[in-house]
Amino acid sequence: MSASLTTLLKAAESEDIGNPWVNIAIFGGFVAITLVIVFRASRNNKTAADYYAAGRSFTGPQNGTAIAGDYLSAASFLGICGAIAINGYDGFLYSIGFLVAWLVALLLVAELLRNTGRFTMADVLSFRLRQRPVRMAAALATLTVVFFYLLAQMAGAGGLVALLLGVDGTAAQGLVIAVVGALMILYVLVGGMKGTTWVQIIKAVLLIAGAAVMTLWVLAQFGFNFSDLLQGAIDMAGEGGEAVIEPGKQYGVSTMSQLNFLSLALALVLGTAGLPHVLMRFYTVPTAKEARRSVVWAIWLIGIFYLFTLVLGYGAAALVGPEAIKAAPGGVNSAAPLLAYELGGTILLGLISAVAFATILAVVAGLTITAAASFAHDIYASVIKHGEVKPDGEVRVARITVVVIGILAIIGGIFANGQNVAFLVALAFAVAASANLPTILYSLFWKRFNTSGALWSIYGGLISCLVLIAFSPVVSGKVDPVTGASLSMIKNTDIDFHLIPLENPGLISIPLAFLLGILGTYLSKDKSSPEKYAEMEVRSLTGAGSEKASVH
Amino acid sequence: MTDTFGERETDYQRVQNSEEFQALKRRFRRFVFPMTAFFLSWYFLYVLLADYAHDFMSTKVWGNINVGLLLGLGQFVSTFAITMIYARWANNRQDPVAERLRLHIENGDPLDGEAV
Repeated sequence: MSASLTTLLKAAESEDIGNPWVNIAIFGGFVAITLVIVFRASRNNKTAADYYAAGRSFTGPQNGTAIAGDYLSAASFLGICGAIAINGYDGFLYSIGFLVAWLVALLLVAELLRNTGRFTMADVLSFRLRQRPVRMAAALATLTVVFFYLLAQMAGAGGLVALLLGVDGTAAQGLVIAVVGALMILYVLVGGMKGTTWVQIIKAVLLIAGAAVMTLWVLAQFGFNFSDLLQGAIDMAGEGGEAVIEPGKQYGVSTMSQLNFLSLALALVLGTAGLPHVLMRFYTVPTAKEARRSVVWAIWLIGIFYLFTLVLGYGAAALVGPEAIKAAPGGVNSAAPLLAYELGGTILLGLISAVAFATILAVVAGLTITAAASFAHDIYASVIKHGEVKPDGEVRVARITVVVIGILAIIGGIFANGQNVAFLVALAFAVAASANLPTILYSLFWKRFNTSGALWSIYGGLISCLVLIAFSPVVSGKVDPVTGASLSMIKNTDIDFHLIPLENPGLISIPLAFLLGILGTYLSKDKSSPEKYAEMEVRSLTGAGSEKASVH
Repeated sequence: MTDTFGERETDYQRVQNSEEFQALKRRFRRFVFPMTAFFLSWYFLYVLLADYAHDFMSTKVWGNINVGLLLGLGQFVSTFAITMIYARWANNRQDPVAERLRLHIENGDPLDGEAV
């Protein structure tokens, strides 16, 4: 092991791990295969239901795999492996929050949403409320969540490129980000939801299979004894190494960091069921029963994958070591690729790198089609055109939106390249949990709920999240006590306008949004419509009148 | 859809007021609300322990396997279990009733105990 570690460290120093051409070739193969599939899938893209919801023709297992593909982003794979490798047990806490969150979606949201909506989250929110203001609010919340999520993925791509393809220099990395963006535009433009779903399915299978192989490989090195693996991680960490298997290494530092963790835990568990690109997946199946099967499949796949990341994270800590990981280009995010290199050399590194790259591509495609549907269906067709628009006109607007969002994502990704972006994903979850989830739950379960309650809750949740983040240490004023360098988004340590010490807004904004929904409802004279409530309630539980699969 | 707005009860309101639908709704809420309360309490109990009870969570049970790791894996087990219990319950108990009500609304098939 020590010999190979030496070569690895040498490689890490020269910023050239593995063979970039192998990585590029394997990734190119993935792109070629998925492009063929996307073109084949696009032949039946005729109506809006085809373009946004894949003709509602996917089965539960297929859609469940695609959901796993959407959910297991680069943050899940590279981020959690790295967090466990460096911070030990505290990294494990992320995966638990991400997984338990699915029960909210399964029990309270997925089936009812499938039965009452057509294409977007706003369909459900505006079902029995006043259409235009509620659609506008829901679409703005959707676009905000998607924007933060998209930026995080695109910026992450830049960092990954540095490590995997051996591309240095801002201009070259920018070029690669542009290529990723252009590929994504092509997928979504041509393939619509059907093509995007197939990309997700292929990617999810590759990612989970790759992680499974690596997990078995790591365990085999420790005689399939997890306790021995932990011992390896403890030994590698050196003095005080026991801390890697105990909670509190990262979040136990101070009272404030403990509150930050609580806030993050709340945002994670309530955010998933409000993520618009996840919600939109429930419309790609023919019935609520298939939506339920999708979530059951997704929970198993995601749960098993997070168990793999636990082994991989500690495996990287034991076999590569936290110091080597931190020293490598890409830092914490490089734990999984470095472990792949340690285990299987250039070829396994190439495979895992290509999978990680495919992950970013697929997640970005899923986010883009969600944003395009939200703009074309909610803002253009319903708010601007008052619903007086032909379905193919709506799809044309959606396609134009795809190109615009793709270009914005490329520019944003180049601009955000190298920034600390982890907070963007946490922020997306916090906005989803504050702006979306309260209104989804109230409109499904609370008869008295009205338009004013929805607007108070959506705008209140959205604005409080953004304000709390803007005045938090994430944006300004967080300084490393040892080095004196800035840990915030604004790198100039002289600029400090942070007022709230909380790094994740969830602890304040989520309860606030739930409360505002109640206040807005009771303080307004708006009457909820008993006819529409009856229709929504009966449809949500029986599936009567729901959109059926389209037949070709 | 056959919406009849105005003074008269709509078809959906008639179904909503029917005994069969009310029973379906009652069963649904009696299952999902307590279950949600349970898994959220269990999750936050775990989060608070991991956040504030470091010594307890670091207690070793076997080898390097400590209480924190076992409780964390317990979250996985409970999530998988609730998923399977819910899916089974919904498939067997709710789906047949929901399907009968759907066919009644969409095709006018008679409900149990209703004059044809």
